[in-house]
Amino acid sequence: MIDGIKEQKDPNFYIDDIKERFGEKILDTAHPRHSRIYILVDKKDAPEIVKYIFYEYAGRHSISSGVDTPDGVEILYHMALDNQRDIFINVKTLVPREDFRIESIGKDIPAFEWIEREIHELFGVEFVGHPDIRHLLLADDWPEGKYPLRKDFRKDF
Amino acid sequence: MSLKMKAFKKSIWVYHIACSPCNNCDIEILDLLTPRFDVERFGILLVGSPRHADALLVTGMVNRLTKPRLIEVYLQTPKPRVVFAFGSCGISTGIFAGGYNTEGPIDKVIHEVDPEGIVVYVPGCPPKPEAMIDAIVKALKAL
Amino acid sequence: MKKKTVIPIGPYHPLLEEPEFFILYVDGETVVDMDVRIGYNHRAIEKIVESKTWDQDTFVVERICGICSTSHPFAYVQAVEDVAGIEAPPRAQYIRTIIAELERIHSHLLWVGLAGHFIGYNTVFMWAWKCRETILDISEKLTGNRNHYAMFKPGGVRRDFNDEQIEYALKRIEEVWKPNELITNAILDDPVMHARLKGVGVLSTEDAIAYSVVGPTARGSNLDWDVRRDHPYGAYDKVKWDVCVQPDGDVFSKAVVRLLENFESVKIIRQCLENLPDGPIDAELSEVPPGEGIGVHEAPRGEVFHYVRSDGSNMPYRHKVRAPTFMNLPSFKASCIGEEIADVALITASIDPCYCCTERVGVVDKSGNRSTLKEADLIKLSQEKTELIRKKLGK
Repeated sequence: MIDGIKEQKDPNFYIDDIKERFGEKILDTAHPRHSRIYILVDKKDAPEIVKYIFYEYAGRHSISSGVDTPDGVEILYHMALDNQRDIFINVKTLVPREDFRIESIGKDIPAFEWIEREIHELFGVEFVGHPDIRHLLLADDWPEGKYPLRKDFRKDF
Repeated sequence: MSLKMKAFKKSIWVYHIACSPCNNCDIEILDLLTPRFDVERFGILLVGSPRHADALLVTGMVNRLTKPRLIEVYLQTPKPRVVFAFGSCGISTGIFAGGYNTEGPIDKVIHEVDPEGIVVYVPGCPPKPEAMIDAIVKALKAL
Repeated sequence: MKKKTVIPIGPYHPLLEEPEFFILYVDGETVVDMDVRIGYNHRAIEKIVESKTWDQDTFVVERICGICSTSHPFAYVQAVEDVAGIEAPPRAQYIRTIIAELERIHSHLLWVGLAGHFIGYNTVFMWAWKCRETILDISEKLTGNRNHYAMFKPGGVRRDFNDEQIEYALKRIEEVWKPNELITNAILDDPVMHARLKGVGVLSTEDAIAYSVVGPTARGSNLDWDVRRDHPYGAYDKVKWDVCVQPDGDVFSKAVVRLLENFESVKIIRQCLENLPDGPIDAELSEVPPGEGIGVHEAPRGEVFHYVRSDGSNMPYRHKVRAPTFMNLPSFKASCIGEEIADVALITASIDPCYCCTERVGVVDKSGNRSTLKEADLIKLSQEKTELIRKKLGK
């Protein structure tokens, strides 16, 4: 954990620090209002940057969201900076259909385990290295290859 | 009317099963046990097994995982038996109609295994405890 | 190594290999591993709301959970306001806060009652639920319903409070203090409670961070996390109240956090009712522009998180919902392993999941013998343990 990070309330500190630390791996940043930071990264760098926020910024993993888009599934890792810092850093990355896999963070940090299972069964994204990728919400007899939260899903069974 | 039905009407033992509800109906059912409503004085007793029940209090929209459970519990309940379908979800699946995990409503699932099965509808979201008592009393009279 | 077979009671169909809700792997009386199946309540809400309008979505999310029925709308409308870049007017913020705190008290009292029942203190159950009725009466007077209040909308609230309602609420909220004090002191002063609840189901601070738990589960493990103070919204930064943190991470700590929070909630409600600002209750949001937004709220069980993405149309493109139990439930692995079966009901209850989660529990012992325990059996085991402790202490 960075010294004194829990007292650091300035969002620009975090944006500058991440840009400095990761350089070209940060593809884009957005800061639409004080408490919301969005960082766009490549999927091969996402786990490293999320873990950096978890450990160095004392960020809490609030949850991750999957969003189906024409280019593939976007995953957003929503990291909360508590202790009165009032900031959410959201790491956004695209998992394209042609290469539908991303490294699992749940294999190292338990807080990510369940949501990776959920995103896998609802979107189909493969989390490489996940310790236990069984169904979480769907019945075990749910047909293979039918991912309900994809925009092209049809309930034809 | 048969002797059996007469005995059935004196007091009613109920088994509660939640089939993918939001829990609001279930909390109101638990409320029936508290001193304010206290249904034990009407002879309505909550039992721990469907094998001892006269009626099933069923809540929820019944999803893919709870459907086989509901059928199993219904078939274990000895006749004569009545199913109370609570709330908008229980009666019609309400806002969950058309969802990919929706298998209900309750009467559809019950009639799949027992077309003659008696289902009582208690509307509300959730039905107030007074409405639940009213429903049980009315149903017993009509039976 | 002694083999233990647990006698199955209740609906157990030998041919139907259904997935149990909780599966305990045991060695004698001790839990060595645990697994959980949570699909029993999966209702496809995130898909359903993609074909509902922004306003209809509020009513759908209200029914995610009946106990926290305000929490999800509260977080959701803030997510929509985040996308639109607007804020609800001050009077609406105060009204939202009052409803949310009423819900907190009723949820905590519900929990206290159930926990009391689990350990065999049925008077605690009756007291807590009787006190809860006061809250439900106030809710009914203020909103028209005991639960599922339908008060929230993106941009503000749907109905206002008049002077008569405010007077009624101010008068009756005072009736919560004494019973809550009685129950709190009963737990803090009773040596049987101490022996039964202290040191049980400890979730260490390190584990709590590793699982990113939230709410009283986190605050009971010495983590000073409360979304109302850390990511301010509503009227929480306009009134005086304290975050309740306890150091030991056991069931006792979590119970104390919840009971102390009830007092803070009464203080918040009092201040909000007395200082309700005048003005409109609706920012009159007419269109949601393209973009993404996040809304959070400290529900009774912890942080509720909503993320929405808009493509400018009248329906959400994506609406991600995360209830607090989703983060807290996996942590039972850390708090149940090494504990006795008799404590499992209590430990899982201390995380405060939706109560129907503990309906069926599977037990697998060292030789792979499998049986089923119903909730009633677990509760019986738990109550018997309390009796043993009481006898030992000579009470």
